[in-house]
Amino acid sequence: MQWEVVIGLEIHTQLATQSKIFSGSATTFGSEPNTQASLVDLGMPGVLPVLNQEAVRMACMFGLAIDAEIGKRNVFARKNYFYPDLPKGYQISQMELPIVGKGHLDIALEDGTIKRIGVTRAHLEEDAGKSLHEDFSGSTGIDLNRAGTPLLEIVSEPDMRSAKEAVAYVKAIHALVRYLGICDGNMAEGSLRCDCNVSIRPKGQAEFGTRCEIKNVNSFRFIERAINSEIQRQIDLIEDGGRVIQETRLYDPNKDETRSMRSKEEANDYRYFPDPDLLPVVIEDSFLDTIRAGLPELPPQKVERFQSQYGLSAYDANVLASSREQADYFEEVVKIGGDAKLAANWVMVELGSLLNKLGIEIDQAPVSAEQLGGMLLRIRDNTISGKIAKTVFEAMAAGEGDADSIIESRGLKQVTDTGAIETMLDEMLAANAEQVEQYRAADEAKRGKMFGFFVGQAMKASKGKANPGQVNQLLKAKLEG
Amino acid sequence: MALERCDVEKIAHLARLGLNDGELPRITDALNSILGLVDQMQAVDTTGIEPLAHPLEASQRLRPDQVTESNQREAYQAIAPSTESGLYLVPKVIE
Repeated sequence: MQWEVVIGLEIHTQLATQSKIFSGSATTFGSEPNTQASLVDLGMPGVLPVLNQEAVRMACMFGLAIDAEIGKRNVFARKNYFYPDLPKGYQISQMELPIVGKGHLDIALEDGTIKRIGVTRAHLEEDAGKSLHEDFSGSTGIDLNRAGTPLLEIVSEPDMRSAKEAVAYVKAIHALVRYLGICDGNMAEGSLRCDCNVSIRPKGQAEFGTRCEIKNVNSFRFIERAINSEIQRQIDLIEDGGRVIQETRLYDPNKDETRSMRSKEEANDYRYFPDPDLLPVVIEDSFLDTIRAGLPELPPQKVERFQSQYGLSAYDANVLASSREQADYFEEVVKIGGDAKLAANWVMVELGSLLNKLGIEIDQAPVSAEQLGGMLLRIRDNTISGKIAKTVFEAMAAGEGDADSIIESRGLKQVTDTGAIETMLDEMLAANAEQVEQYRAADEAKRGKMFGFFVGQAMKASKGKANPGQVNQLLKAKLEG
Repeated sequence: MALERCDVEKIAHLARLGLNDGELPRITDALNSILGLVDQMQAVDTTGIEPLAHPLEASQRLRPDQVTESNQREAYQAIAPSTESGLYLVPKVIE
């Protein structure tokens, strides 16, 4: 049987406000437990929520960026359930009239094609607190610092057909909210969390199969693995004559499997109703116009501009524009260093692998854009070769200063004096007289590889400092001679 | 639409209300008479009328994004039944 996979995602993004959505408590991550939980966050009787304007503005920014209808009159509702980290006994959320309506986002697939993913809606709500189940002999510890942190829950259409597409979509949302500056995107700290709705159906069937929801997956890698293991579970189940039950599941990365969260099932009746403590939120056109005018350049526009302005390939442009920080870094390097393709290569290859090795993001890069741009200038004016540049780059990464001072202090300046190179080559050829004989006796086909040997010896003799172009040219002449 | 006793039991459980056998018939009747009123209202033609989310003819005021609350943990936890290391303690919740 050929199966088709259907995936829809709910992504919770914590909005990067200073204060909470309905109270004046701070939202700083990692503070001492319950030091950022006010009477409103604790759900004390008699308190009233007052909506944070910045959360509304950020939600509208997102809506405009995905070309969505904005709910000009949106309404908060109570989602009722009991859990110790939800002190009021309900979560303030939005149901029938969310702030962001239907929109869409384009994702780039591995084969280079673009697929449009529908966004059903996005609504504002408050986050819950945290339950800590360990260490309190028989009790659960509750930290309400997170309670009331503004969330924008972004709900997609069931438009994705593989785990890879789902990850590409999450990455696109991640990049977008960071471009907009409305969420820090830190998945390890829970700033962006993902629920995955997964079902399968026989290829060609119009109706959807029964879906399962995998809750709270918090890394790109786990999203892909969780979905793939759930797909396999459903296929095995159906092919063995069973059937999928609609339920909530949790992904266990250690066992690479999803398992049922039965406790959540009977609670699945939230009895939403409009929150009488909050009036309808009216969004004025002038408010939206101001936001629209202030929107930054977004990933798709940036990718296009990088191709037209700098002549980059679609692939390079996509990689560089994948985060705002990386795109800004690249443009700063180009501004100083001048050569866009050279800059693209250094940012993606050398800097990229350095960051990978150190496990850090580009905004913490040990080599600044100014330093890298300055080094590219020295490559372009032939002060150093591309090979020596790697040594200079490593030294910059180790904190030895900028390119010019490293080149100076380590004596890495490229030798371009023809006379000096010739002397060095003569010495080297004399030391390898036997190989020279063999080279001259060899036929054309074999000479290529042998020539490489002499280049290697020459570069070694000059400690890499001889200009490679000149070495090639002079060496050729001498060997032919 | 009328509620059966089992519906009321379910709603009571969702709301964590402990109704005893004596209370159930009375509550079921009371809820059904409210639903009867709703049925009556549903007979009214509301085509073209905007749903009412709030009885006040006003829209929500927004507050500027400023931290105005300081840490009052000690005061708040003074009335909590049980705390440890700054956390509120509750009976164990098993996932």
